[in-house]
This record gives sequence, structure tokens and C-alpha cells, in this order.
Amino acid sequence: MAAVVATPEVVAPDAVLDALEAEAIHIYREVAGAFRRPVLLYSIGKDSSVLLHLAVKAFAPGRVPFPVLHIDTGWKFREMIEFRDRTAAQLGLDLIVHTNEEGRAEGVTPFTHGTHEYTRIMKTVALRQALDAGGYDAAIGGARRDEERSRAKERVFSLREPGHRWEPRKQRPEFWRTANTQLSEGQTMRVFPLSNWTELDVWRYIQRENIPVVPLYFSEPRPVVDRGGQLIMIDDDRYPLEDGEAPMTKDVRFRTLGCYPLTAAVESQATDLDALIAEMLVDRRSERSGRLIDGEGGGSMESKKTEGYF
Amino acid sequence: MGPTAAQHPIVRVVACGSVDDGKSTLIGRLLAQTDSVPDDILDYARTTRRSGSTIPKGEVDYSMLTDGLEAEHEQGITIDVAYRHLYLPSGRRAIIADAPGHEQYTRNMAVAASTADVAVLLVDAARGIRAQTHRHLTVCALMGVRTVIVAINKMDAVDFRHVAYEELAGGVRAAAARFDLDEVTVIPVSALTGDNVIERTSTMPWYHGPSVLETLAAWQPSPVADDQVAPFRLPVQYIVRADNFRGYAGTVVAGSVRPGDKVSVNATGAPATVERIVTYDGDLEEAHAGTAVTLTLETETDVTRGDLLVAQPDASGERDFPRPASAFAADLVWTGTEELRHGRSYLLVAGSLAVPAVVTAIRNRRDVVSGEEMAARTLKMNDMGHVEIATDTAIPLDAYSLSRDTGGFLLVERVSRDTVAAGLTRHALRRAHNVVPHSFSVDRDARARLKGQKPRVLWLTGLPGAGKSTIADALERRLHGLGLHTYVLDGDGVRTGLNKDLGFTPEDRAENVRRVAETAKLMLDAGLIVVVSLVSPFRGDRRAAKALFADGDFVEVWVDTPADVVVERDPKGLYAKAKAGTLPNMTGVGQGYEPPEHPDLVVKGAGEVDDAVDLLIGALEVTH
Repeated sequence: MAAVVATPEVVAPDAVLDALEAEAIHIYREVAGAFRRPVLLYSIGKDSSVLLHLAVKAFAPGRVPFPVLHIDTGWKFREMIEFRDRTAAQLGLDLIVHTNEEGRAEGVTPFTHGTHEYTRIMKTVALRQALDAGGYDAAIGGARRDEERSRAKERVFSLREPGHRWEPRKQRPEFWRTANTQLSEGQTMRVFPLSNWTELDVWRYIQRENIPVVPLYFSEPRPVVDRGGQLIMIDDDRYPLEDGEAPMTKDVRFRTLGCYPLTAAVESQATDLDALIAEMLVDRRSERSGRLIDGEGGGSMESKKTEGYF
Repeated sequence: MGPTAAQHPIVRVVACGSVDDGKSTLIGRLLAQTDSVPDDILDYARTTRRSGSTIPKGEVDYSMLTDGLEAEHEQGITIDVAYRHLYLPSGRRAIIADAPGHEQYTRNMAVAASTADVAVLLVDAARGIRAQTHRHLTVCALMGVRTVIVAINKMDAVDFRHVAYEELAGGVRAAAARFDLDEVTVIPVSALTGDNVIERTSTMPWYHGPSVLETLAAWQPSPVADDQVAPFRLPVQYIVRADNFRGYAGTVVAGSVRPGDKVSVNATGAPATVERIVTYDGDLEEAHAGTAVTLTLETETDVTRGDLLVAQPDASGERDFPRPASAFAADLVWTGTEELRHGRSYLLVAGSLAVPAVVTAIRNRRDVVSGEEMAARTLKMNDMGHVEIATDTAIPLDAYSLSRDTGGFLLVERVSRDTVAAGLTRHALRRAHNVVPHSFSVDRDARARLKGQKPRVLWLTGLPGAGKSTIADALERRLHGLGLHTYVLDGDGVRTGLNKDLGFTPEDRAENVRRVAETAKLMLDAGLIVVVSLVSPFRGDRRAAKALFADGDFVEVWVDTPADVVVERDPKGLYAKAKAGTLPNMTGVGQGYEPPEHPDLVVKGAGEVDDAVDLLIGALEVTH
């Protein structure tokens, strides 16, 4: 039996994007209206770029009524940091950058502590520190349900118990568009306006709305090494090379952006959005397959979330 | 005209069925064969197997595609709603809410159905129609799903026989006939072999209808007669302010709006005219349901978050105009772990509005399998029932059948802040409109002035035997001696008269507290200093009592006496009886006492009574 080929080359992609945009704006306004001190978690990637753009749209002609928080592990691509600072200046954002200084002082790196422990200390713990320091009662993030299997069950308004713990069994039922934004002592909320977007939606929206993204998403000759089939870009001289090893130059781009030693590149000739979207329709691997931190153990995203990761 | 396809680019689907009906396999196949799943996830489904799986490695086990949490993995079942994207051939998108099949997760079914346009309901051809089939039909119909696709699955297990299908199809249609549904399509399928899932196949030549995917792709919102279309509704979420700009931001949830339209705030008062429909991308000529906009009004109007902007009714009258009311008939789906407490104050959340509300009557509980309505005293998790609700302030609610977003509401427990119920408004209760308190010319202030005192309610809470009544008595003697007008409402006193119909279950205690609080409120209005002496063990009940009063009128006093002291005192011999097991609901023994977290005053019940009285007199700001 031949499967019906339902090409995602949609008849009315704008209509779908319009509906997703309206839903995200609705969520933003609910957060701004209901919570005392919301904060936007900004990771500099494509989803964050879309999140920021939607925030500007949701409150126009007024200003975005909350600050923007970046958790800097110290291992982000240099181009990401440049892009972050440029964007914050252009949009006039109230940008807060936080690094787990204890972790940095103790010399925690992806090479010395293993990816899991490094991620826990420099991302999860750092995020908890920053949220506690700011006294934020709601943190907006760009997670999507199509990203990873435990994300498919994530709520739009996802409750965190004291200590930022995610307890799957304590999540509130979500009816209609109506959100229960009430919190008891010590509880906080994580909110995901892009819950129902797919990776393709994100790119189509970036194209339609002409949203700037970090150039690392587009192909360019870049210095990489091969680590077990994954191409890692050598972004600075802290990356430990093997004896006699020299980086190769390959035309690569990134589907997701994170810490450079933990983010694999894909070989690609896509130097613009049209080419990138065309490539996506052919290469049907999920985007997180390039993330080295998700793969450890069957439910590793689930266990990271339980600890307070996004 | 109803909404068109262009206005409905995303089809929301709820998938439901009993455990082992093959739902995961059906959804997995729909996703895989519409290219809605990434290749590496497909590889995972080729190589990973649950225990008991009979599908050879190397082939895709479609049920693995919808695999979720580790906890579910271990048990081989689905415990929570998962949302998945399906790219429909027509270019539209389907979002499938994959709802769990177990009876104890009916509430999650209701969540998934609450936003759904279409239900896909699985029936196992070998096992036939079961209680869960009826339950899921009931939940879907109640939550407003009007199109149902029934997939008679595992046709391979009954040799694809036409007669087996006909029998089940007849049974399902009969079951569905109880509800007001637009369309019921019954399709014989085998999720395992793929027959009639994506395309019609030759294994069942006697079937001439569409496949599951074809039915989903062809779905259109049913045409609605003009007089059935919900008029414009926009719940205001946020006030956008900028230089010389004040706009009301929200999503049009029903109807449409154009500049120049007359709208009213909360269906009350004079209408205002819409000036502009503002978006980041420029002003709109018209905004339809589903659009997020910011409205400006021509005249300065007092609008805040939580208000509802409503189309002004035309000359034909006020049909569907949601005049604010403070009593409603509604259906509830109970989702809380604690059961419904009659008389307890909850928060009612409707759109961006939250107001205190009390369930004043439980009309019945519906047996979701038989559809029968049965008498009920409470609702437990996963129960559905018909209730009456009273809100503290009048609010505009639509009928749920008119608009899900403005007719649906949540009940939130006030301590845990959990969502304990989803409510579906039937109608406002007429009597709520008709009872308008007459404003009398002699008011509380006038009465208080005549008495030369400041009326107050002192609410003494504490364990039985803590010394509340002793302190209340001493306090009243002192106040009386000062020439002040007082009254003591004592727990045992009211239980011999006003509240003699009530027992000591948590529900009855809630009602006891409510009636005493209302009585104290009348006495306060009469200008009296009221001393309430009542165990009132539950924080939620006391909070509800306090919510009846203006700030400063209600003083919560905790008579804090150590447990060993009260058991030792035992003035009425109650602890002895409770210990002997003849008083099951005794506070401090059979039921817990929840001490106030932030009492206005604390008096030591083990100390001198006069010290306690001094403290309370001080708080009353007695000037004599």
C-alpha cells in the first residue's frame, strides 16, 4: 500500500501561522496580566528570536512589560553572544545575563564533569539561581511540544513546585483558553507560548516576518572535528583536540544552538532561508538529534525537567 | 454563516478509546504516513520494543511513536494528555490530543475534549462497545465536540467481517443518538495492518465510506444559522498603554468586530463605540474569532483586566446578552483530588476574571455510562454533575452551548490553588437578577453612631476546649460594662437552632461556618460588636467567612491552646468520647484542625482569661 504523501508544503501556511501567532500573543498577555513578576527566558536561538518578536507584537504600541534573562554557561558560540547584545540594544530590552559563578570558579566544563553534570550545574542550577534572585513568579520559554517526547505532554502553563521541581502528576488540567494562573506559596509557573508550533512553523514564521537570527543557522565553511559521527565546531582554543588533530573545514550549519562543544553541526549548502526550509523538507531528522545533552538515557529530558531544567 | 475553512486552519482532534483498543497504533500510523514524524523517531520505533510487543524488530511499531513519559513506559499505558501535530494533505494542520483510556483519567479526557472540533473514538471490534465507549461519548458531547469519527479497530481480529462491523456500528450510533451531535462517521479499520486508516483498502470491499485521514482532512465547521452565531465577545486580558494611547488587549473569542460597532462592558451600562482595531502590523477593518487584537474606544470608558467586551444587542432584543448575574446553573467536571464541598468558597476563573464562588446546590450527578441523573451530596474526581453556583459579585457568563470560552469556567481551590473543576454554564438563575438589595436610608454607620461604637466581628477559632467560649463570655461582660452593644454567636448555641440540621462532616462544617458568618454580617450591619466562638477548623472555610467582610471589619483570633491542655480540660467530655470512638468527626482527633497561617491576633488559651480580654479590647479600639 502506498502511503499518501502529505507534503507539508501547505496550501495556506499563512493561515496556520496566523492562528499560532494569535495563540502565542494570547498567552503572553495572560502572563503579563496575571503575574506579578514575569521574565522572558532568552536562549538566543531561533525559537527565542520568534518569542521576542511575538512579545513585541503582543504589547504594541506599548513596551514589552518584562525583562529578558539569558543563562550564560560561558560556552556559548561567540556569534550568539554578539547577536544577543546587538538584539538587546536594537529592541531596547531590559537584558539580564546570569552565570553560575560558583560553577565557573570550580572549573566546571563539559570536558571535566561530563555533559549531564555540566548541564545540571551550569544550566539548571544557574537558571534556578537567577529565577530566585529575581523573585520571578513566571518564566516564559520557547519549548515546543514537537521537540522531544516528554515535551509532548507539557502544559502551556506548567506549574513548578517550590525549588522549581516539575512534577508530572501535579500538573493542572488545561481547559479551553482559560489558564489557572493562581500560585500558592513557593510555586512558580513556566509558560510556553510556542507549545503548538513545529520547527517548520518557526522557520516559516521567521521568513514571513523577516526576523533576524544568529548567522550560525546558515551554512558557511567552519572549522569542525568529528566526534563519534557528530561534527563539533571549534569556536575557540578551549576545545581539547587529540594529539596531532587539526580541525577540518566543512560547509556546515546548526539546527539548534547551545553550548558549542555540545551542539553538532550538519553538513549543508543552505545559505539562506529558502534553501534552509527546502533542506528541512528533505532531511527529516528531528532537530534535537544534534543535541548531545538529550541522548543520555531514555528519559533524560524528563529527568532534567524534574530537576528544574526547561 | 459559520466560520470558513480559512478561519479554521487548525483542526483540533481528541483521540479516545479504552486501554488496548489500539489508539497509539492508529495515531502513530496517521503521523508516520503523513510525514509528520522525524526519521530518527521512526528509527526509534523500528528498534525499540515494549515488553509484550509482537511486532518484529526492523518494522515500525507505530505505538512507539506516541510514547511519552518514562513512568508510562514502565506501565505500558498513557497517563497524561499528549499533543501531536499532523500535517493534513489539504494543507491544514491537525493537533491531536491523545487522551488516556483509563477510567481514572476521565478528567484528562475532558481537557482534551474541551478544545476539540472532532473526536476520534476507538472501539475494539473483538471486545465490542464497553463502558468506556459510553463514558467518552458523554464527555465529548458535554464538552461541546460535535463531530465524532468512530474507528471500529482490530477488524483483522474478526476476519474483516461485514456483519461484525454492522453490529458494532449500529450499537455506536444508538449510543451516540442520545447526544446532540452534528455528524457521526463509523469506519472499520485495522490500525495494525493499516486498512482504512490512510486510504480505503480492498480487505473490506463492502465498506464504501472514507478512511480516517480522509474524514479528518475533509472536516469543516458545521454551517451555523445566523441566529445561532455567537455575537462578539472579547475578554480583556491586558491594558496597553503608550503615549496618548490606551487600548484593551485580548482575543476575539466569538463573533467579529469592526470599527464603529457598539460594544458594552460586561453587558451593562451605556455602550461604547469601537474606534480602532490595533495590531502591530497595522489597524484591521474587521477582526474575527481567534484573532488577538487591541481595541480602542471612542469615549473614555472604565475598562480593566477581567472585563468582557460584548456586542450591544440589536433592536430584536436581549437574546444571548450575558447580563451580569451572581447565580448560575452549570455542569461541573470534577478534577480535584478532594471532593466538592458544598458551601465552601472557591475561586471561579472565567477568561481573565477570578471571583469567589460557592456551590449552593448539587442538583444531581450524571452516570457517564448510563446517562442517568442521580441524587448526589458531593462530586468526586472524574464525576460530572449539575450544580448551582453563587458568585460574590455579578459576572457576565454565556451559555456554554453559545461559546466555550465565555461559557466555560474553572473552579480553583483557594489554599492549594489547584483547578478542582471545569464548569459549563447552562444559564443564569433568574432570581439572581431579581434580588436587588434595597438601599435603606438608615445604614450601618447611622446605627453605629447612635450606639457610639465601631462595629466589628471578632472571630475566635481554636480546638474544642481551647477556651473560646470562656474568653467570649468574659469579653462580652467587659464590653457590656463599658456600655457597648454586643452579641456572642456561640458554636453550640447556633447548633441548637439556626444550624440544627447540620452535622460535623467537612461539608456540613463549611455550611455551619457560612451561616454563622452571614449572621455575623447582619449583626455587624445592625451596628453590633459581634464575638463569634466557633471551632471552624478549616482555613478555607474561615477564609470564605472573612471574604464576606470589608477590610478591618473581620478580626481572626486564634485561641492557641496546646493539645495536651485541651484534652486534659475536656469540659464537655468530648475528647473522652472521641477516644472511645463514639465521635468520629471530632476536631483534633478524627479530623484535623488547620491553625490560621496569618491570624490578626493570637491569644494564649492556657493563660489568664483577663490577659486575653485586655488584648481583644485593645484591638477593638474602644474609646470609652
